[in-house]
Amino acid sequence: MILKLDHIYKDYNTGKLVVPVLHDVSLHVEEGEYVAIMGPSGSGKSTLMNIIGCLDRPTSGSYELNGENVLNKDDRSMAEIRLRNLGFVFQNFQLLPKQSALENVALPLVYAGVRRRERQRRAAEALTSVGLQDRMNFQPSQLSGGQKQRVAIARAMVNKPRLLLADEPTGALDSHSSIELMKLFQRLNDDGVTIVMITHSPDIAAYARRTCDIFDGVISERRSGHINAAQRAEKEAEEEAERALARMRQASRRREQTGGLA
Amino acid sequence: MLENVRLAFQGIWSHKMRSFLTMLGIIIGIAAIISIVSTIQGTNNALRDRLVGSGNNTVKVNLSSGGMDITIYDSSSIPEGVPMVSEETLAKIQSLSNVSSVTAYNTRFVSDGVFYKSSSLTEFNIHGIDANFFKTLDYRVKSGRTFLRDDYTNFRKVLIIDQTASANLFRGENPIGQTVDINKQPFTVVGVVYQVSSYTPNIQNLDDYYTNSDNSNGLFFVPKASWPIIFNYDEPENVIIKASSTDDMTNAGTATASILNSTFSNASDNVVYQAQDLLGIVKQQQELSNTTNMQLIWIAGISLLVGGIGVMNIMLVSVTERTSEIGLKKAIGARKGVILGQFLTEAAVLTSMGGLLGVGAGIAMSQLIHRFSGIPVAINIPAAVVAVLFSMAIGIVFGLLPSVKASNLDPIEALRRE
Repeated sequence: MILKLDHIYKDYNTGKLVVPVLHDVSLHVEEGEYVAIMGPSGSGKSTLMNIIGCLDRPTSGSYELNGENVLNKDDRSMAEIRLRNLGFVFQNFQLLPKQSALENVALPLVYAGVRRRERQRRAAEALTSVGLQDRMNFQPSQLSGGQKQRVAIARAMVNKPRLLLADEPTGALDSHSSIELMKLFQRLNDDGVTIVMITHSPDIAAYARRTCDIFDGVISERRSGHINAAQRAEKEAEEEAERALARMRQASRRREQTGGLA
Repeated sequence: MLENVRLAFQGIWSHKMRSFLTMLGIIIGIAAIISIVSTIQGTNNALRDRLVGSGNNTVKVNLSSGGMDITIYDSSSIPEGVPMVSEETLAKIQSLSNVSSVTAYNTRFVSDGVFYKSSSLTEFNIHGIDANFFKTLDYRVKSGRTFLRDDYTNFRKVLIIDQTASANLFRGENPIGQTVDINKQPFTVVGVVYQVSSYTPNIQNLDDYYTNSDNSNGLFFVPKASWPIIFNYDEPENVIIKASSTDDMTNAGTATASILNSTFSNASDNVVYQAQDLLGIVKQQQELSNTTNMQLIWIAGISLLVGGIGVMNIMLVSVTERTSEIGLKKAIGARKGVILGQFLTEAAVLTSMGGLLGVGAGIAMSQLIHRFSGIPVAINIPAAVVAVLFSMAIGIVFGLLPSVKASNLDPIEALRRE
């Protein structure tokens, strides 16, 4: 089991009053799973993500990553875990604006102490695997949103982590780029990468094999993976039908216009 | 580390204007210090070269009593109990590591009794010299010849005079081969000499006068062996050494004096050999001006402090600006120390660059000072290196607070901000 959270409580102490954010959250994720955590804003999903990502500590509860208790580690070891075992993808990409795509992707390798030549080779490899082999020396400002997020994914995957954490990865993307991104996630998952993704959109959550709902700090499992997959197929068919309909409508409109002129 | 330096340069380059303005305080401070130090160094060098050792690093070690040099003018003024300087003692002095050559000589102040035809020379010094004298004091032969071995061994009555004596006594005639009466003994002039690197003495008191008076009206040189022919007795000698370098002059002089003083113990009137300490006199003068210069350096130091605070200020702004960058770096696995290192390197690179530019500006400024006011300047390389290292240290000290702030940022908070 790669992720094992049991009875996680998290309170925020604002000084005057204590705000409970997570309430008895337990989540188990097996190696190779693809889990979406869905919930409206303020539901505590980002807090849960920060705890999973070793950026934050719960008030109480237990958390094992790869069978290792991470809550008794110091900050230094936590940073090491983030570096070696986790890959992060953020809603707003979080690329360094003055650095090329290649340099952005190579950044975790710098912290891992990899030599320059090897860094460049592995960063180039990661960029190629997300289809950006011809954009390596572009700066983030020269890339589209979808390309930026793919750079971010390359950066997350460059250290070959076991677990990919994505926080609203499609939040800043248009629907076309979102679908592309979800295809990329699926491919990564097929290659054996465990993915935990946070989203508030049911459309996006539908791409995952398993969905958990979080509401007011309480988590609940939704449906089985089979139904989920069926739903997804159904949804894709629906979208395909809609696009076909749109094409027909456009074609008929064009016909009407040419007819009016004649 | 190297990666940090590269990143730091990138950061500085991408904010050219801001970086330059931040550096400006450091540049001005370092430039001020460098130009002050260059001026001090230049003045000191000039003092040392022009005043001390008349440019050839010679130190007189004279017999003195109560701090005043003894001037021998007749047999009654010869101090008792002081032996002549032996060959052995000279060899001992010559073997000192900071002495390059040594000479012992008799000298008398002559008031009259020297005639050539109808003219006479008064109030001048006559030296009885050994073969090392001219070499030690950098005398060159202008015409005629110097003393030969024969002159010493055969007690010849030969005489060498300097240019001043030649002018005063012979008034344009060729002195070579002429006979001069010294205390009724006929001496033949065989050469005229001059000192290569002599200087114009700066006479301010009686001591200075006695120090420099020996070349006032001219100088006579006779072989030491012939000295008793004129003055009847062997007399105590004075010694002149040539130090290996100007900085060695004081030490070499003191060492020579103590060797000489150890050869006798029962002299009258506290007569001892005492080394002239020109370097010490100059040092006193320099110390006086150094206190003023130190104050100037302190003032320039304050501007460095202000520059450092400016660096701290800008670094704090930069940390705030780059909050999300710091958050991201921490999230993807950068340890606290890595972030701290990155910001400290940036501060240190920034101020070191300021220091380098400051050194450049300081050198340019001191050249301008030299050109327009004529004050001698000398660039002090160690001072320039220290200045750059010091400005690097300023960066580290004043960069510490912002860097610690950056490294302590909570990555969640930092990522949330846009």
